[in-house]
Order: sequence, then structure tokens, then C-alpha cells
Amino acid sequence: MTLTTTRPSPPLVPRRVPAPRRRNRGIGFHLVAGGLSVLWLLPILLVLTTSIRSFEDIASNGLGSVPHSFALGGFGQAWGEGGGGRAMLNSLLVTIPTVVLALLLSAAAAYALSRYAIPFRRTIILVMLAGNLLPPQILLVPVAKLTELLGIYDTLTALVVVQVGFGLGFYTFVLQGFMRSIPDEIQQAALIDGAGVAQIFWRIILPMTRPALAALGALAFTWTFNDLLWAITVLRTETVMPVTPALLGLQGQYVSNWNVIAAGSVIAAIPTVAVFLRFQKHFISGLAIGAIK
Amino acid sequence: MAVLAAPRRRRFSPVLLAFVLVPLVVEGFWVFWPALQGFYLSLTDWDGVSAPSFVGFGNFAEMFSDDIFGTAALDTVIWLVLFGGLSALGGLGLALLLQRERRGVGFYRAALFTPVVFSLVATSLIWQVIYQPDGVVNRLLAAIGLGSWQHAWLADPKTALYAVLVPALWRQLGYVMVLYLAGLKGIDPALYEAAKLDGATSRQQFRNVTWPQLRGVNSVVLSVIVIDSLRSFDVVWSMTKGGPYHSSELLSTYMYSTAFQSLRLGYASALAVVIFLLAFGVIVTYLVRAFREDQ
Repeated sequence: MTLTTTRPSPPLVPRRVPAPRRRNRGIGFHLVAGGLSVLWLLPILLVLTTSIRSFEDIASNGLGSVPHSFALGGFGQAWGEGGGGRAMLNSLLVTIPTVVLALLLSAAAAYALSRYAIPFRRTIILVMLAGNLLPPQILLVPVAKLTELLGIYDTLTALVVVQVGFGLGFYTFVLQGFMRSIPDEIQQAALIDGAGVAQIFWRIILPMTRPALAALGALAFTWTFNDLLWAITVLRTETVMPVTPALLGLQGQYVSNWNVIAAGSVIAAIPTVAVFLRFQKHFISGLAIGAIK
Repeated sequence: MAVLAAPRRRRFSPVLLAFVLVPLVVEGFWVFWPALQGFYLSLTDWDGVSAPSFVGFGNFAEMFSDDIFGTAALDTVIWLVLFGGLSALGGLGLALLLQRERRGVGFYRAALFTPVVFSLVATSLIWQVIYQPDGVVNRLLAAIGLGSWQHAWLADPKTALYAVLVPALWRQLGYVMVLYLAGLKGIDPALYEAAKLDGATSRQQFRNVTWPQLRGVNSVVLSVIVIDSLRSFDVVWSMTKGGPYHSSELLSTYMYSTAFQSLRLGYASALAVVIFLLAFGVIVTYLVRAFREDQ
């Protein structure tokens, strides 16, 4: 490892690369990046075209051929008799309470742990984070038994509480990092005005944490919505399955009806894509905070 | 009732205590308590109905003579190296390619990132469409004269694991790219200026500026991908269920089927402990790092 700084520099290289070479590099960049982007989007395009073909077309021309038909029947089947509509409702019934509860609880914990000198607070934060980093496999069997014991096995409630419990550590960790950067003066001023712990939390800290909450909320929504493992661990009946596990069922139900399966995948992707598009900036910054922190 | 703070001995309001304790109890009840049970169950033989019987390390001893465990462990290591290694390298490469703000770069980043928001189940269905015997891959092979390479990609034990790996990478690369983009953004441009003034080539700049500056992100990416590799379950489960003939079996899928299909809950818990031990080393590194950065 030679340090470049210690080397006698070669005769001053002109800083600006001559124009023609730059343009070539520009074209090269767009070729490579554009090619990769097309390659990345191709599978999505393919599933979209498959979803709007008719079953007969796929059966006679093959799955890999160019479409010879335009039919939206696949969507109808996936949504109706395939159970997509019911699964979507289940998913929303699980995802929304999970995200709200998990963020509320973790924001409360993060607030107390970041703004007050709670004894062992650093240890508490790290232990909570460690819980989230455990491989879920170690929890599956006991959690399934626990929900049976509580009589909530095979209900959406079980899925909500399990996912809230498992997500808390990570959300708390991220939120406390964010809340710590809020200046103390604001809280002091509120304290002097006679605000209590809960009021300061609700009126001051929580609103100031909005960006982090939006980022985590978008992430939590996708994670919860996309979950498969917890759902198939605590649920059994087909009618209570959320979208992600229901897609697997759809695949079993419509073997080789690829237009229906493709339509189901498209339907399943719509909510997360919508959340991503709506919260794009927050979403990406959330991933980055989560990782860099 | 909030400002009870007595001068010497700090006392916290009940509300504040509840703020800490309620989440802690929820996580304790749904994570730490089950985890402890999981460890205990790994030392038992249990069918889920009658009481678990204690067998010591019997389950772990059984793994040595269990061929499926061997396959699953090997596949997990292959998965770790290929899924982890390729997504780290590819993610870094993409980030380096797309780090500079210029025309079109936003679109390229978005295109590469899009699959990240899909569930792994949806991803695997998308790719099953591609892999079908009459699907696009085989069509393309035939079109370019490689008809003899046509394959039932997911049904052949030789190719199943790798066929599952591709969609997993398709989805993971954009994620790792975002992490590295954030890392690259954090590098002080003055360092590059200085390196350029000294006449460093772009390769030298990478080796002596970019790479050392990315050290923090690298350790995060390492932790994230090792944890993600060991957790990988959805994509394999929805594409092959670990088959055919366990050829794409990972420890995670083997654990799940042992627990919920063979109902061998003790042995499954022991498999989970193995996964835990593999992940543990990484988690410790991650925590140590997080801790240090907190200071």
C-alpha cells in the first residue's frame, strides 16, 4: 500500500479531460447503466405482460412467447375466487395495527431512553436491538406454542403481536438515535411551562421525530406486508392468510395458470410499491439510517 | 405529576417507567422468553403433543449422521458466500457506477432499487414464470442456438440452488447499493481533491481514499448480508421448498420443515441453535460497532 500523497506527483495532469473523451465516457456510462436498468426491469415487465394474457394464449404459444392476447381475467380470478381480495383485507388488518403499535411503543421507549438518564439505558437499548437481530428460527416453535397457549393461534391478533414484539428492538434503536439529536432547550422550555413527561413526548418530541417516523413507517409497512415466515408459523387457515402467504396458496391452486399467478403477484406488489413511491425519499434514507446507525 | 425529580436521588415518574417497561415487557415476552425456550427445546425430544423429554446434546450429535443436515449446512455456506459475496461486490460496483449526480442517474438507481420493495414470494413467482420449461430463459437459449442448454431450472437438483440464488440477488443488490451510496456520499470531497492534486489515478483514489473511508459501511454491509443470508427462507421456500431431493435446502428451510411438517420440534430447535451460533459472531461484531459509534 503506497500512499499516493508521498509520491512525487507526475507533471500536472490537466484536470479537465478533453471533451471528446468525456463524451465517450458519458455514452459508455449510459450504455452500462441503461443496460443494467433494462435487465433489472425486464422481469417486472415480463410478469406484467404475462398477467394480461389469456390462459389459452399461454397454453398454446408458451409462457415465453410474445403475447397474442389481451385479457384481464387473470386479475379477476386472482382477486375473486383466488382469494386475493380477502387476503388483501387480512394484510391491511395486520399491517396497519402492527406498524402503528410498533412505532408507538418504540417511540415511547426511545423517548425515555434517549432523553432521560434511565439507569443502564445503553444496555437496555443494545439488548432490545440484539433481540431483533436474533435469527427468527430460534423463536418459531416457542412462539407458535405460546400463541396456542394464549388461545390466539391462527388469528390475525397473533400475527400482529408477534411482529410488534420482534420489530420493537430495531425501531427503538433507530428512533433513540434520532431523538438524541433534538436540542435539550426545547424540552427544558416545555418543562418550565409545566408540561409532563407524556405531554412533552406527545406534543414536542414526537412531532419533531416525524421524518424518522415516516422513514421507519414506510420500512415497517413493507417488512410487515411482505412477511411470510411469521404468518405461516402462527396461522394455518387459508381464510386468515395475508397476501404474501396467500400468494403461495394461489400458486398451488392455479398450477400452470400463469396469467392468474402473475396477476396475483402484481396485486401483491401494488401496496408496497405505492408506499415506496409515496415515501420514496424517506424510504431510502430509512434504509440508510438503519444500516449506518 | 411529572417533575418529581428530587435533588439527589433521581426518581422517575411512573409514566416514564411505563414508557420503558411496556415495550421491554412486550419484547421480553415475545422474543427473549421464546428464545430461551428455544434453547431449552434444542436439548429435548418433542413432538409438540406429549411433554418434551430431555436428551442433552443428542440432537446435536444426530446432526453428524444426518445427510440432509450436511446438505443444508453446505448449501447455507454456499449461499452465504455467493449471495453475500456477490451482493456486496455487486452493490458496491453499482454504487460506484451511480454515485455521481448526472442526467439519468435517478432513473437508473430507481430501476435497480425497485425489486427491493417486492416481497420475496412475489419475486419468486416472477422468476418462476421466467424459469418454466417453456419460459423466457429457455426460449432465449433456443433463439441464440444454445437449445441444448435448455433446462427445467428449478426441477434439476444440479441447478435448483443457483436458480433460486439469482432472484435473491436481483432483489438484494439494489438494497446493498443504497447502503453503499449512503456511505460514498459521506466521504469528504476534499480527500478526492487532495488525491487528484497528487495525481492519483482513479484506481489509486479508490484504493487509498474510497475503500478506507468505506470501512464503517463495509462492516455494516457485512453484518447485514450475513444476517440476511442466514435468514433467507422465503425465496427458497416459495420456489423449491428446499427440493428437489433437498438440493436447495438451507438450514432455515430444513429447520422449518422439520418443525412444522415432520413435527420434530426438539431437533428443529437444535437446527435453529446452529443458525443462531452462525449468526451470533456477526451480531456481536455489529453490536460492538454500534456501541462504539454511539460513544
